[in-house]
Amino acid sequence: MSCARRPEFVSESVPAPAPPLLSAAEVDAAVAALAPLTGDSAVEAWRAEHLGRKSRLHLALRSLSSLDPAERAAAGRFLNQAKARLRQALEDRQAALEALRRAGRAPVDVSLPGRPLAAGRLHPITLTERAIVESFARMGFHVIEGPEVESEYYNFEALRIPADHPAREAMDTFYLEQTDADGKPLLLRTHTSPNQIRYLEKHPPPIRLISPGRTYRSEATDATHEWMIMQTEVLAVDRGLTLAHLKGTLYEFARRLFGEDREIRFRCDYFPFVEPGVEVAVSSPSGWIEILGAGMVHPEILERMGCDPEIYTGFAAGLGVERIAMLRHGIRDIRRFYENDLRFLEQFS
Amino acid sequence: MRVPLTWLAEFVPLPADREALARRLTFAGIEVTGIERTGGDWEGVVVGRVLEVAPHPNADRLRLVTVDRGGEERPTVVCGAPNVAPGQDIAFAGQGAVLTDPATGKPRRLKKSRIRGVVSGGMVCSEAELGLSGEHAGILVLDTEAPPGTPLAEVLGETVFVLDLTPNRADALSILGVAREVAALTGVPLTLPETGIRSPGPEIGGRAAAEIPDPRLCRRFTLALIEEVEVGPSPDWMQSRLTAAGMRPINNLVDLTNYVMLECGQPVHAFDYDRVREGRLTARPAAPGETLVTLDGQRLELDPERLVIADSSGPVALAGVMGGRATEITDSTGRVLLEAANFDPVSVRRSARRYGLFTDAARRFSWDLPPELAPIASARVCRLLAEHAGGRVASGRVDTWPAPEEPTRIRLRRSRIPQVLGMDPAPAAVEEALTGLGFTVAPADGTAPAADGGDEALSVGVPWWRREVRVPDDLVEEVARVLGYDDLPAAPLAGAIPHHPPLPQRALRERVRDLAVSAGLTEVMTYSLLSEADLAAALSEEERREAPALRIRNPLGEARDSLRTSLRPGLLRAAAFNHDHGARSVALFEVSRLYRPRPDGAPGRPEEVEAAAALLSGVRRDRWGNPTGERLDYFDLKATLERVLAGLRLDAEFRPAEAFGFAPGVTAAVLVGGVRVGTAGQVESGSAAAFGLEEEAFCWELDFAGILRAAPDPAAPAPAAPLPRYPAAAEDFAFLVGPDALAGDLVREAESHPLVAEARVFDDYRFGGDEAAGAAPDVSSRGGRSVGLRVLYRAPNRTLDENDIAKVRRTILKRMKSNLGAVVRERA
Repeated sequence: MSCARRPEFVSESVPAPAPPLLSAAEVDAAVAALAPLTGDSAVEAWRAEHLGRKSRLHLALRSLSSLDPAERAAAGRFLNQAKARLRQALEDRQAALEALRRAGRAPVDVSLPGRPLAAGRLHPITLTERAIVESFARMGFHVIEGPEVESEYYNFEALRIPADHPAREAMDTFYLEQTDADGKPLLLRTHTSPNQIRYLEKHPPPIRLISPGRTYRSEATDATHEWMIMQTEVLAVDRGLTLAHLKGTLYEFARRLFGEDREIRFRCDYFPFVEPGVEVAVSSPSGWIEILGAGMVHPEILERMGCDPEIYTGFAAGLGVERIAMLRHGIRDIRRFYENDLRFLEQFS
Repeated sequence: MRVPLTWLAEFVPLPADREALARRLTFAGIEVTGIERTGGDWEGVVVGRVLEVAPHPNADRLRLVTVDRGGEERPTVVCGAPNVAPGQDIAFAGQGAVLTDPATGKPRRLKKSRIRGVVSGGMVCSEAELGLSGEHAGILVLDTEAPPGTPLAEVLGETVFVLDLTPNRADALSILGVAREVAALTGVPLTLPETGIRSPGPEIGGRAAAEIPDPRLCRRFTLALIEEVEVGPSPDWMQSRLTAAGMRPINNLVDLTNYVMLECGQPVHAFDYDRVREGRLTARPAAPGETLVTLDGQRLELDPERLVIADSSGPVALAGVMGGRATEITDSTGRVLLEAANFDPVSVRRSARRYGLFTDAARRFSWDLPPELAPIASARVCRLLAEHAGGRVASGRVDTWPAPEEPTRIRLRRSRIPQVLGMDPAPAAVEEALTGLGFTVAPADGTAPAADGGDEALSVGVPWWRREVRVPDDLVEEVARVLGYDDLPAAPLAGAIPHHPPLPQRALRERVRDLAVSAGLTEVMTYSLLSEADLAAALSEEERREAPALRIRNPLGEARDSLRTSLRPGLLRAAAFNHDHGARSVALFEVSRLYRPRPDGAPGRPEEVEAAAALLSGVRRDRWGNPTGERLDYFDLKATLERVLAGLRLDAEFRPAEAFGFAPGVTAAVLVGGVRVGTAGQVESGSAAAFGLEEEAFCWELDFAGILRAAPDPAAPAPAAPLPRYPAAAEDFAFLVGPDALAGDLVREAESHPLVAEARVFDDYRFGGDEAAGAAPDVSSRGGRSVGLRVLYRAPNRTLDENDIAKVRRTILKRMKSNLGAVVRERA
């Protein structure tokens, strides 16, 4: 016996094909269909369809007698409840329409647009910077800021990039016509790392800081290069910090910014102010994506800042905010950020 | 750097999986950014051996060549090349192979063909047909050990790793250096290049000299002499390797020096011995006024900052950068004086920069090469010159090395490795990693071995080719890079969280951003650098004289040569951009820094002050959100600023003002506590037009310093006020005032009374001069105004009765009249 496809309430004695009677879903649909009707004729048409002589309900009630007595009682109960529900809905609707008529009001077209409110948006860089700061703040990092016009000392020398060091080649630098008080050159910082030095000079460990801001490199722009980019420096110095803590911290960060199931991977890289230095990639559905450079603060820097590197160790990382924003939002061209096209900016909130 | 793998394979066996090798190198810090194949795919082309050459029955110039192409079949092909001969290894293309058509240069699929009545079973290829060169006069004869049937791509094709090296790895700037890494990372032995000379010629002694007056600038200077050389083309394999590595073959002498530079990493320079006076060279600073014509024909004006190689007649090379034309190798050169030296990296770098000569040699020297490398490269060149240029190498070598450095030894506590890495590899693994890289490892004196629970220290000898390894943590990285970071655990931070006071500036910035957004403004970020002209369109001459923009010495262009002292240019340009791209209404803001020179005009870092600005332009929206013909105006703008100021709980006063770039009569100074914190108004049309903005625009600017003075803690929680317990009474007034009166003054005057809870404008009506005449003392013939004001009376402790209110009213009206000249309009 093929029970599986047999509709409920149909007796085997009814000649096939037996019409399916009426389901609870159909009753729900009928009640929902009544709600938007406003005209008397439309309401009447509804009544005829769902409660009239040729309605499914009516037909079902008539076929009750042909049902197996065991099933008949349940089916009868269901159909009578359905009938009561449909009638009640009809009465309610009629009463509501009558009330509207008495109040002399036409019903509101609820699908019309609401009155416009002025809607502003934050820039995607602000959104991303906030998300980055927030993720590190949860781990006890606090924000510091530093100057964008820097000296060679903070931007390079204190970070173990002396004059004529080849690492300066990778950081094409804007120099100012003006000099500092000692006649030494001033420049636009090429990274936020000078803030490491500025902070370490004045504060003993433990340190956990994050420092976002604009940085500048004198290079040609294309889809992945801008001459002005937003960077965020991360620095922690304490007793017992290791590369594993860097990994743990970035792991938390990556999961907050990109999703719970992300993983972190390190590969060897070189930045003069860290040792060891690593390039950090985060897992993604399309493979590993390199997101930032990091490493353990070079012991010479700690020593020069008055921290005994045998006691204190630290880690540092530098994140490109645009890069993270591009990954989070699927933005393909970095130049969009500072073009300020509202059609672009209004996509983010 | 480009590393052809067949070259690399000469020194180290390579694993079959090239991708895996590239990954391994990359993870160890030798980043492989690309894997390229040179040559073609040469689909269907294999190594063949010519078995027999017979005349063609119907053509004198054609021959029938029988080829072993691997397998059973021995095809016979028709060939017109004059150089085909039995026993040759050749490139054989079977039917269906894709070749380059020498006539068109386009790819063409080889079909079966009949030539002069004989069916040709394939083709013996020329270089042109393989797309290797234009050579089509004869067939390409291969120099290969590969058996017939081997795909040509495996014999002629080259796989090249493209490396992006970090500047700390001068040692890896060579095929040999990369081979050393591969050997260490994959645990295979390294074979060094051959440097022995079989039959040396007469002694060099007395025939050449290398002098170093200042060992800081030139650390080592070696010379070798090779006689009886014959200039000609270098062997094919060398040419193809050079090409694959990105260099153009020239002749055997030049190619050889380049070849050895790529192979060993040491630049070497070949002088024509007979053009160097007495074979005597000095590495010295140039004398003032000396000049040098370089190999590429440039005439360099030298100065004492430049290190040169000179003979007694003067400079013959710019040390470490480029040789001179007067002593260069020519086709008639018979004796070569070979310089392999070591120079101070900074000196080379500065010379290269001074003349814009960023040569391969200069780049290598500026990464700090080891002096130990010079004689090795010299010997290698000699060996190859003897082999490939018929040279006879004079025995001995001139080698001036005034101050050899002691090899570096580093004391590494074993416990330092986990202290830095957070993982503790087994002692044996540490030693293996270091020795694999060429370090020597011995227990340091006076430490307890790890086995006894002591913190054992190692004395690690640094190989001469790793000059940058200086401190224990450098060794820690070496260990980590060989073992890999895969096993590194991710540890959460522990320990006390340091306390820090918040930054009011940042708190204010983030607060203003949120408030501006809630006022319907969209945030933009504009460049910090703009042009002088941009600033001139936004700021008066006086403003620019008082706070001249800081200028960039090496700007990317005139449009970006000044650090901004105003946010307005960026906003105006952004608005123009959006109107040009179809926007009908624009409402923008930016919160960012301005850069002002120090107020005393003294040199030094500028003041970086924070500011906010907003701009509105275009039309209002209708009830449906569609643009109307109604233009946005000053009051639309003011509403956004009021929202921001209210959010900061600041009570601001707007008074008429004039400001450069703003339209007179529609501009206000914004004051908080009597101190000016900003400007709001219509942008003067000329100023807007300077940025391509044709629309009427309205703009406000706020200076954060002023705001922070008035509200030092933007994050401070708002104090709650008790809710009123007694009812208020409202009364409406119509004040007649002069046309220049400020409604804000009326409100403030009314609200200054302690029993007035609030005063609000509900009407503003202007009328003409005639109508106004005599209506009020201050109303001039220019016309007057009637300002409707609703006043709310309330006392905190009781319900005000009629008498109380009458008293307050009298006081207010009196003050309005005496202080502001405002009188209540007679009721009709």
